[in-house]
Amino acid sequence: MRDYPQDKLLELYRTMYTIRRFEETVSEMAAGGLIPGFMIHLYVGQEAVATGVCAALRQDDFIVSTHRGHGHLIAKGGRIDLMMAELMGKEAGYCRGRGGSMHITSFELGSLGANGIVGAGLAIAPGAALSAKLRGTDQVTACFFGDGASNQGTFHEGLNLAATWCLPVVFVCENNGYGFSTPRSCHQSVSSIAERASAYDIPGETIDGDDVLAVLEATERSVERARKGDGPSLVEATTHRWHGHFEDDDDDYRSEEEKEACTESCPICRFEEACVERGNDASALERVREEVEAEVEKARAFAEECPEPKPEDDASMIFAGGDA
Amino acid sequence: MAPTATDTEFMTYFQAVRLALKEELERDPTVFLMGEDIRFSIFGPTKDLHLEVEPERVLDTPITESAFVGAAVGAALTGMRPVVEIMFADFITVCMDQIINQAAKSRFMTGGQVKVPLVIRAPGGFMSSSAAQHSQSLEALFMHVPGLKICLPATPADAKGLLKSAIRDDDPVLVFEHKALYFSSDEVPLDPEFTVPLGKAAVRREGDDVTVFAVSGMVSSAVSAGDALARDGIEAEVIDARSLIPLDKDTLLSSVRKTGRLVTVEEGCLTGGVGAEIVALVTSEAWDSLKCPPVRVAAKDQPIPFSPVLEAACAPSSRSIQDAVRSCLDG
Repeated sequence: MRDYPQDKLLELYRTMYTIRRFEETVSEMAAGGLIPGFMIHLYVGQEAVATGVCAALRQDDFIVSTHRGHGHLIAKGGRIDLMMAELMGKEAGYCRGRGGSMHITSFELGSLGANGIVGAGLAIAPGAALSAKLRGTDQVTACFFGDGASNQGTFHEGLNLAATWCLPVVFVCENNGYGFSTPRSCHQSVSSIAERASAYDIPGETIDGDDVLAVLEATERSVERARKGDGPSLVEATTHRWHGHFEDDDDDYRSEEEKEACTESCPICRFEEACVERGNDASALERVREEVEAEVEKARAFAEECPEPKPEDDASMIFAGGDA
Repeated sequence: MAPTATDTEFMTYFQAVRLALKEELERDPTVFLMGEDIRFSIFGPTKDLHLEVEPERVLDTPITESAFVGAAVGAALTGMRPVVEIMFADFITVCMDQIINQAAKSRFMTGGQVKVPLVIRAPGGFMSSSAAQHSQSLEALFMHVPGLKICLPATPADAKGLLKSAIRDDDPVLVFEHKALYFSSDEVPLDPEFTVPLGKAAVRREGDDVTVFAVSGMVSSAVSAGDALARDGIEAEVIDARSLIPLDKDTLLSSVRKTGRLVTVEEGCLTGGVGAEIVALVTSEAWDSLKCPPVRVAAKDQPIPFSPVLEAACAPSSRSIQDAVRSCLDG
C-alpha cells in the first residue's frame, strides 16, 4: 500500500465531496425548476473517477470531457460558483450562459470542452495530444468517455490514430454499465472494454472506478507512459451512476434493488474509511464537509443573484473575427 | 531573388494551392497539414511537400475522416493552425459531427473562450465521370451552419490568395477547391503576402443587362456564356462569389440594382442550393430593382450519373447559363 501525505488524502476527499454536494444541489435545484432545460446529466456515484484521474494530471495537461462533465471540471480545478452560474444560464458562468450543463468548460484550466455528442471527444483528444507533440511540450491529454461511447466509430478511430502516431493520450472509459437506458449486455459483446486496447496494441486495464486511489495510481502509470513518449493507453474504470441518465429520466429500466446496489459501492464512504484507516482524524473529514457545504451554498447564492446574459452579445461569440 | 509585390508566374491552380501551403508552412510554425495520402496527393497540391518542410508538419493520416478532422479541432483549440484535406468533398459527410457540432460551435458554446483556426480543403465539382459519390458540390449544406466560413476559389490566383486568408483566419474555414480547375492555369502573384480577403466577391465581366452570380467551377462557364451573349448585344455582369460566408452582399446588390436581372449559377443541385439563398436575399433587399423574376441555374436534383452523356445532361453549362439569361430578357 502506497503512503500518501494526509493533506493529499484530504484534498482528494474535498474534491469528491465537492462534486457530490454540487451535484446533489443541482439535482434539488433542477427539481425546483431553477435550472433551465431537462438534460442535466449528474455525476453522483462516479466522483472517484474524475478525482483520481485529474489528481494524476498537471495543471497544464488537457482533459476532454463529456455530457456528464460537471465532475471533470470540478476535479480539474473549476470554480463551483462560476459553474453554478453557467448551469443557471447566467452571464457570469464559465461559458457566459451559452453552453449550460452539457458544454460547461474552462479552457484556462485545460478542459477542452464537455460535449453533447457521445464519443465526439475521442476524436478531439488525439488532436490536443498531437498539438502538444508538435509544439514540443510534454502535456498529456486525458479523454473521458463512457461505455456507451466505446461503441462509436470515434472510439476506434481515435484509439487507432493515437496508437499509430504514438500520441500522449490517456483514454479513460467510465464504465457505469449503461448507455442511457441500455445495459452494457445489450450494447456490446465484449466482457471488458479494456480488452479493446489490444486491437490497437496499447495497454488496457480495468480498475475499480469507485476506489479513488486505484484510479489515481492507474492514471499515473498511463500518464507517465504518455509523458515519456510511449503513447496512449486505455483505463477502464468501472463505476455506478446513481441518478438517471439525466434528471428528468424516470430511470424505470433499472429495478429498485439494482439502484440500491449502486450505492453500496459509494466512492466517498469507501474513501472516508480508507482515510481513517490511513490515520486521518475523522474530525478532519468533518471539517472538509462543513467547508464544502458552505462553499456550495455560497455558489448557489452567487448564481441565483447574478444577471442574465444579453441576446445582443451573442453575435460576438460566433466568429473570433466578429460577426461575418 | 525574393519576389516583388508585382511579380507573377503562370502556374496551375494546384500549383497555386501548393504555393499557398508552402508559404504559410514557412511563415507560421503552428501551421501543419493532415489528410489521407496527402504526400502522394492525387491532385498534386501537396505532393512531396513533406520533403520541403519539416516532415511532421505534412501528415498522412489513416482513412479516418472523423478522427483527423476531430484531431484538427483538438489541435486548433490548443494553439495550432491545422489545414486538413478531405480528398474528395463528398467524403466530408463522414465527419459532419466534427465540423457542424464541434468546429462550428466550440467558440460560441464556450462563451467565446476559444478560437478554432481550422482550415478544411475539400475538392468538389463535376469532373470526368466521377459519378454520384465523387462529384458533389456540398457548399450549400454548410451555409446553414452558423460558425463556419466558406470560400470557393475559381482561379489560380484566388486558389492561393483565398487559402492564405483562410489559414490566417481565426475561425473554421471550408475551402472548396474544384477538381476540374486544378489543371487550369493563369498568372499568380508570387508575393508571399498576397492574400484575397474572405467576403470580397470579384466582378469577372462587366455588363449592364443581367447579373450572373457564379460559384466556383461555374465562373468560367458564366464568363464564356457572357462572351457568347455579347455577340447578340446582351451584356452580362459576371460576379465570382469567391466566399459564401461571409457573403459580399454589397457587390451583389449593387450589380443587381444596376442590371435589374439576376441569374445564379452553381454546380450543387437546385433545391436548397446557394442560388436559393442568393435569390431570397436579392428579392428581399433589392426587390424594387428587379425587372423580372430571378433564375437559378444548378445541377439537376438527382444523384450525379456516371455515363458521360448523362453527366453532361445533369450539369449546368455555358449553354444553360445563356438560355437562362435569354429567358430573363425575353420574359
